[in-house]
Amino acid sequence: MTQNGQYNFAYLDEQTKRMIRRAILKGLAVPGYQVPFASREMPMPYGWGTGGVQVSAACLTADDTFKVIDQGADDTTNAVSIRKFFERTADVAVTERTSDASVIQTRHRIPEEPLSEDQILVYQVPIPEPLRFLEPRETETRKMHALEEYGLMHVKLYEDIARHGNIATSYAYPVKVEGRYVMDPSPIPKFDNPKMEMAAIQLFGAGREQRIYALPPYTQVVSLDFEDHPFDPSKADHLCALCGAEHTYLDEVIVDDDGTRMYVCSDTDYCATRRAEGHTGTMGTPFTEDAA
Amino acid sequence: MYVAVKGGERAIDNAHAWLAEERRGDLGVAEMSLEQIREQLSLAVNRVMAEGSLYDADLAALAIKQSRGDLIEAIFLIRAYRTTLPRFGASLPVETEEMACDRRISATFKDLPGGQILGPTFDYTHRLLDFKLAAEGQGGAAAEAPASGAPLPHVTEFLNKEGLIQQEVASDETPPDLTREPLEFPANRPLRLQSLTRGDEGFVLSMAYSTQRGYARNHAFVGELRIGRCAVEMEVPELGFAVEIGEIELTECETVNQFQGSKTEPAQFTRGYGLVFGQAERKAISMALVDRALRWEELGEDNVGSPAQDEEFVLSHADNIQATGFLEHIKLPHYVDFQSELELVRKLRAEATEAMSEAAE
Repeated sequence: MTQNGQYNFAYLDEQTKRMIRRAILKGLAVPGYQVPFASREMPMPYGWGTGGVQVSAACLTADDTFKVIDQGADDTTNAVSIRKFFERTADVAVTERTSDASVIQTRHRIPEEPLSEDQILVYQVPIPEPLRFLEPRETETRKMHALEEYGLMHVKLYEDIARHGNIATSYAYPVKVEGRYVMDPSPIPKFDNPKMEMAAIQLFGAGREQRIYALPPYTQVVSLDFEDHPFDPSKADHLCALCGAEHTYLDEVIVDDDGTRMYVCSDTDYCATRRAEGHTGTMGTPFTEDAA
Repeated sequence: MYVAVKGGERAIDNAHAWLAEERRGDLGVAEMSLEQIREQLSLAVNRVMAEGSLYDADLAALAIKQSRGDLIEAIFLIRAYRTTLPRFGASLPVETEEMACDRRISATFKDLPGGQILGPTFDYTHRLLDFKLAAEGQGGAAAEAPASGAPLPHVTEFLNKEGLIQQEVASDETPPDLTREPLEFPANRPLRLQSLTRGDEGFVLSMAYSTQRGYARNHAFVGELRIGRCAVEMEVPELGFAVEIGEIELTECETVNQFQGSKTEPAQFTRGYGLVFGQAERKAISMALVDRALRWEELGEDNVGSPAQDEEFVLSHADNIQATGFLEHIKLPHYVDFQSELELVRKLRAEATEAMSEAAE
């Protein structure tokens, strides 16, 4: 029980958390395989991170330090809402510092700072099935995974090249896990795909679609491509205007009526840390606590 | 200098405060009580109970008040509350034949044992705004007749005795539980019925309507529609026998559909079934039609490719809490994905422009 005494630790009852942990363990045992689980109705809407929230609830212990990001930022409204939910129902410590967090729930980004073996990254997943937009039927796509029949995906990528000269997928770019399952990395920009071979445990929760999947540390994750059209983890060709970083994923912001753009790090913690270390971009001022 | 937008937390708190103010409306107007909602908006309460899958009129009334009358939002509140409740066990199947009926009609027989009971229905009201109601609500007591107390046999049983309708085989198999196991396909009939009874009324209605208009047409007669109260019994292990733990209001619809026959089987009518919490006859009839359409395979019919025959399509999209959540999530920030699309479109356009100017040279 938490301080408000009305709900179990991290909201879900222990039986439900146990059921979710079983699905997580199965997912870790078969990396990239989508494990069906009896997703519960959560007190926030489906599509707003209920899968991630259930996975986080099943992972969190009282000693954990929790971080939530949405679009790379800690202060986006839904990230604030989810962080508040666990502060209230689990009374866990929360942080905005990537390195201080033991469990990080994310939507659409992987933090810039490399994660370590004692961290868990929890992704919110809208559509877990990478083949869904090629074949809407779950009964068919499950068969395709079972038979390792991924020709349809390669044809799609090939048709992109034939039509546009490039693979026209820029986020939720499909990956192959340990040479077996084709997996949806959730709608992260393809810039983040190479980071998925990491030291931390990665867990993916899709609440509405009732699926959990996972990547154990150091799992091989290969973005699909062709020899003559190799995977390109591109980003905006600019520097961060605040911290000057040239190697981070950038948000494009319109700053005046003439449509002038500036580019800033989407990972707010990473940007603030760099500015605190003295890095400054063209439009940035040296970092102070107040400005944050 | 640019300062990134901050203050999401304060914005959320302020939004909630404003929402609370809007919910209350003009303070000069008396606040509604839950009793008023429960008694005077009872069909809204019924819908929230049915699609929220929780039979509790007071909680449904609270949810309607809290949601400012947005019934899907109210259903959501009930669902989220429901998942936190402990389960003590399962009741015995309710015996709808022993229902104390407020309403019981058959469209297939002019008269039948137990008779036709019209009950409190909108059916034959002329849809004229009643301006007297705007001035003051006067509740006139309706005439009453003594209840006969005799059970009202199901109409389909009369057809069953003659072998005219396809037989439903009773089974003691424990049905799957949609709320405790992930939905997987193919789904059996108990699972389909669970999904339909909590499915969105509008969605199930439209699916049913599509079958009437020819998308997997299977002409349905309302064999019987009954609304009333049923006792709920539960076996308590310490006692060793079933005790009544309460009663619930239900709407049940059995349709008698187009007959089927083959070289080996003589022609027979077939059935569709709907059962919904509360007084919800539009939903119960819709459910029965969709149930019937989904049974094409077991009844040896052709799949003509109609939406209402497609189990995966119907069951995956019937739940309004899932649907509204996913639909509305596109309000959330997506600027990281959008940025990656922007870069891609710019790149494709630059390459195309380059190719065109090269071709022109």
